Amino acid sequence: MSEEQIKSLEADFDARIARDEKIEPKDWMPEKYRKTHIRQISQHAHSEIVGMLPEGNWITRAPSLRRKVALLAKVQDEAGHGLYLYSACETLGVSRDELYEQLHSGKAKYSSIFNYPTLTWADMGAIGWLVDGAAIINQVPLCSTSFGPYARAMVRVCKEESFHQRQGFEIMYKLCNGTPEQKEMAQDALNRWWWPSLMMLGPTDAESVHTEQSMKWKLKRKTNDELRQQFIDQTVPQADILGLKIPDTDLKWNEETGHYNFGEIQWDEFWQVVKGHGPCNKERLNARKGAWEKGAWVRDAAMAYAEKQSNKKIEKVV
Amino acid sequence: MKNENLYNYILGIADNNLILGQRLGELCGHGPSLETDIACTNISLDLLGQVRSYYQYASKLKGDNVTEDSIAFLRKEKEYVNVLLVEQPNTDFAYTIVRQFLFDIYNNLFLEELQKSHDITLVAIAKKSIKEVSYHRRFSSDWVKRLGDGTKESNLKVQEAVDNLWTYTDELFHLTDADKAMVKEGIGVDVTVLKSKYYKIVNTLLTEANIVIPDSKWFQKGGKEGIHTEHMGYLLNDMQFMQRTYPNMEW
Ligand SMILES: [Fe+2]
Ligand SMILES: [Fe+2]
Ligand SMILES: [Fe+2]
Repeated sequence: MSEEQIKSLEADFDARIARDEKIEPKDWMPEKYRKTHIRQISQHAHSEIVGMLPEGNWITRAPSLRRKVALLAKVQDEAGHGLYLYSACETLGVSRDELYEQLHSGKAKYSSIFNYPTLTWADMGAIGWLVDGAAIINQVPLCSTSFGPYARAMVRVCKEESFHQRQGFEIMYKLCNGTPEQKEMAQDALNRWWWPSLMMLGPTDAESVHTEQSMKWKLKRKTNDELRQQFIDQTVPQADILGLKIPDTDLKWNEETGHYNFGEIQWDEFWQVVKGHGPCNKERLNARKGAWEKGAWVRDAAMAYAEKQSNKKIEKVV
Repeated sequence: MKNENLYNYILGIADNNLILGQRLGELCGHGPSLETDIACTNISLDLLGQVRSYYQYASKLKGDNVTEDSIAFLRKEKEYVNVLLVEQPNTDFAYTIVRQFLFDIYNNLFLEELQKSHDITLVAIAKKSIKEVSYHRRFSSDWVKRLGDGTKESNLKVQEAVDNLWTYTDELFHLTDADKAMVKEGIGVDVTVLKSKYYKIVNTLLTEANIVIPDSKWFQKGGKEGIHTEHMGYLLNDMQFMQRTYPNMEW
């Protein structure tokens, strides 16, 4: 293809996105678009499945049958999200095995929030309330992103995430209306999860590398800082309902801006975790790698069996 | 209590589901593939859903302050009456699948009969459960075939799991005193009658999967009388952790 032809294809492509048309896997797309989407969607998929681990940690210890069932169902939803997202990613010409390989080798990233430990039952509440809450803020705009399979996956995912968020809030609510010990457990969880949740919305705009291109492709509609502000404005009144104190002495309603002012985020901690040195990075990655390696013989057997079965069918035909 | 036998009979059914559901819950997030992970979690969810129906019924019979959760979480090890099979650990995926298979075949046969009970609540629970359990049976049977007839390695692993879990199968067909009393009243299932059918189905499928049927005649028992294997204490330790550490609270 001549440079001119490519230019004209690119112009058409940009115009389609500007008109809010969906790009489908078989459509022509710039290589950079494909690569960026593989990176972002797979990162999202990895976050879903690594995200199963911190909450999975409490399934066997859930305090009631109702909670156990709800937690199992939630973690299973996350597996389902991983599945849709890997499938969306595969339409761009990359296999799930390759994507796993990137996760296991540390080449691909996943959301840093899952590198924090879940220490008490209240963490199940805090994660649902804050982490799923922040995820929704990140993801709702993606329901109308330009790449069709991703947008459709996100519609489904967002519905379930808002259910998770309500469930998390409800766990917190119960604790906050329980014994002093339960309320203290809830406060402790908020203290530990608040700042990492704010960091989850990504580095501050000045440090964010991909924003401009992502805006054009509708992978992003608002900047990280705008999303963070939205999250804070939405969450502070919820903490008030719970009677919990947000661990930020600078947090204050600003009449002029109509937003909350908040304290400085410890970005050093964020980068430390992103670079692989958070409290549970090793545990999370080892758990994923371990499951994959221990499951190799199972996957091999399933493949061998399927092959034998299809050979049997062929033999029958001839 | 007037319905002591019925109460104990219900626990005899539901404790199996609880303990197996708990075991499967340990695997969530650690399966060999996303698809198997989701499927095992599904089975766990079904079993625990059934447990809730049974325990809610049992708690009504018991009255006082008994709830589904006090039954699930606040008994001593000796008061759990599940079969030894379901408390066996997730040694590897072969053990998980074979344990499931050996239980599902039984459970399916059992629920077919329970649908004929004179107790309408049990009939209702059985009718709802059997739809789920027939799916479990299909899932575990398919995987036994897949692994048994997959690779040399997978065949050996399934064979090992069958060899080691076989000893826990006979107990499925024992009758406790509560069972006997309930059979007499037309409420309970006479599981002794299911035994030959069970082994016929299991043996046929294992043979199809290239697995040698163990010829051992030595079987373990005790779970139904509250005498468990060493694994049980650790399982309960985890499961009861919150209720024991923070007594008398609601969650
Ligand atoms: Fe999710
Ligand atoms: Fe998500
Ligand atoms: Fe979620």
